[in-house]
Amino acid sequence: MSVDSKEKLTVSGLHVAVNGQEILKGVDLEIGRGEIHALMGPNGSGKSTLGYAIMGHPSYEVTSGTIELVDADGTHHNVLEMEPDQRARAGIFLAFQRPMSIPGVRLADFLRHAVTNIRNPDRKEGQDLIPMREFRGDLKAKMAELEMDSDFARRYVNDGFSGGEMKRAEILQLAMLRPRFAVLDETDSGLDADAVRLASQSIAKIGGADMGILVITHHEQLLEHNIPHRTHVMLGGRIVESGGPELATELHKQGYERIRVAYPEAAAAEQAMTATV
Amino acid sequence: MAIGIQQTALQESSTLAIGEINKYDFRTNSTAIFKARKGIDPEIVSQISEMKKEPVWMRDFRLKSLEIFNSKPMPNWGGHIGVNFQDIFYYLKPTEQQGKTWDEVPEEIKKTFERLGIPEAERKYLSGVKAQFESEVVYGSLQEDLAKKGVIFTDTDTALREHPELLRQYFATIIPSTDNKFAALNSAVWSGGSFIYVPKGVKIDFPLQAYFRINAESMGQFERTLIIVDEGAQVHYVEGCTAPMYTTESLHSAVVEIVVKKHARCRYTTIQNWANNIYNLVTKRAVAYEGATMEWIDGNLGSHLTMKYPSVYMVEPGARGEILSIAFSSAGQHQDAGAKLVHAAPNTYGRIVSKSISKNGGRSSYRGLVRVEPGAKKSRSSVVCDALILDDKSRSDTYPYIEIEEQDVTVGHEASVSKIGEEQLFYLKSRGLSEAEASTMIVSGFIEPLVKELPMEYAVEMNRLIELQMEGSVG
Repeated sequence: MSVDSKEKLTVSGLHVAVNGQEILKGVDLEIGRGEIHALMGPNGSGKSTLGYAIMGHPSYEVTSGTIELVDADGTHHNVLEMEPDQRARAGIFLAFQRPMSIPGVRLADFLRHAVTNIRNPDRKEGQDLIPMREFRGDLKAKMAELEMDSDFARRYVNDGFSGGEMKRAEILQLAMLRPRFAVLDETDSGLDADAVRLASQSIAKIGGADMGILVITHHEQLLEHNIPHRTHVMLGGRIVESGGPELATELHKQGYERIRVAYPEAAAAEQAMTATV
Repeated sequence: MAIGIQQTALQESSTLAIGEINKYDFRTNSTAIFKARKGIDPEIVSQISEMKKEPVWMRDFRLKSLEIFNSKPMPNWGGHIGVNFQDIFYYLKPTEQQGKTWDEVPEEIKKTFERLGIPEAERKYLSGVKAQFESEVVYGSLQEDLAKKGVIFTDTDTALREHPELLRQYFATIIPSTDNKFAALNSAVWSGGSFIYVPKGVKIDFPLQAYFRINAESMGQFERTLIIVDEGAQVHYVEGCTAPMYTTESLHSAVVEIVVKKHARCRYTTIQNWANNIYNLVTKRAVAYEGATMEWIDGNLGSHLTMKYPSVYMVEPGARGEILSIAFSSAGQHQDAGAKLVHAAPNTYGRIVSKSISKNGGRSSYRGLVRVEPGAKKSRSSVVCDALILDDKSRSDTYPYIEIEEQDVTVGHEASVSKIGEEQLFYLKSRGLSEAEASTMIVSGFIEPLVKELPMEYAVEMNRLIELQMEGSVG
């Protein structure tokens, strides 16, 4: 058990299988609240799988290992025992790479439910939502901060959104829900350079000392305003190397060849995984 | 399930005889005494007519309709209709002075009203407490306004007494007794229902609601509604309520006839939520004349079996018919609902949008007909029916019938069946919504395109009702 009093999300020896195929082969990661971690790696290395496993997607089966939330007072919470909504209420967030559309449901209505539950984790179904006035004020302020048009909240959740709009909606949710720990799964993918810069700035505004963020990205730009405390490289379902921000710069410039050569076993696993996909 | 409990509670708490419990027939000034007995025969039918002091033509019409009812077979589509016709009270005498009080209304029902957010006055009306007095105060001036414009808005029995010429002219002309077995039954034993006449060019810019009617013999099992919208006039009628309806009898069989004259508009909105034992077999039909528009918005929840297909006959050029329907079926419920569009003139336009939700073993069927008569050139019709199935126990069927006897037309039909996706649920749950909240949200979104057509307060009630249905605490 941990002796320090840092609030953190810990992943230890995590093995995850999808449809019986093992994707994560023993992942260890510790993210302290207030820290930014970058998770990089080639396609198919298991980055998104880690995000889904942390959030509790039912198709992602944890075959061994642990995921825990540790409070400031040292209390450990077994995240694997929680349903996805309980994890959200406990302060975990996943910005989806491909968020689902919910036709007929306005983003604002959806967010009001979400915000209510996350601010009152013990709320039961049917109990009152947070007051409309309070919610509206908060939403308006956040949207202004993110330079979003307020009409946006009246649209149906991700329904007919462009790639960029979906990502911005995810960032808005992050801003409204203020999780303790957030996994941002390629929040930059499908965006042009300006949009990535805006996303990067937005995340920097939202984050800060009370949020631990795991940024899954292929690019360096998203990290421009979010300098990672740690950078991790995933290959073949494992984190094979960790370093400082300079590692992200190196990978961005030079790709993963050095990594593949340095970790032949993981590279072989990567080959085997991509071959079956 | 709560409805079932409410019903029992109502029966137990009431000191009235069974035949007198019909909450809808509450009238304080009635002194008539009528011993109802079960079953249907010419004697009962004549008694009903006598009770109401009807003209001879109506009595004869009822008796003739009874013969037709007896000669007609049961419908051979939809679901099994397990009704013993001789075990039903066909006329429930209006309750007398010994009125119920709000205190006597079962707690369950009060709670449901509260959760639906139904206004106090309306709650009392719905539970059979003397709301008419209150509605007189609240809606009296409204009635006056309507009367000044020549609008008639009353119950059909009163209309027969006060406007016999209009009744004689239109009654049963849209839906004759011979139409189907249950139309014949209604014709023989009808009671209550709304009568609306909107004179030429009069546009009523707020929805007319059944509970505006003052001192009316209100809805019952066999209500009969007749709406005439004269040339260039406009009306939106809202019937029923999302509160669970409980009655002591298991058969509800209404007839609704609507005449929409040249360039007139009529919208008819119904949301009904029946107790689980009810057979709800309703015939609704409108005739739209030149350039006229008829819109049905029809929401069906609850009941054991509902068979209901609102229809629009577009009989003159440029007529439009639109039918939006929502069906929600849960355990032990079968909604066989749909729509019917008949294009009988050129340049007519029809649209059907049907949304059904099946949950917990419920069954929803869409049954619809689009018919284009020879010569109805350049007519257009579109049908969209979407079904959402919430679990593996539930069922959805689509029975689209299309009969086209004209070449120069455009008819489209789209149908989709979907299940709530695991990915959608996960997405919503990852934002802190429980599984039930997430499902409810997806269902609300599914019906949103129709709900937004409802008057505001009904839309709110409808959404709350869906929430309750999804929780499983009602229905």
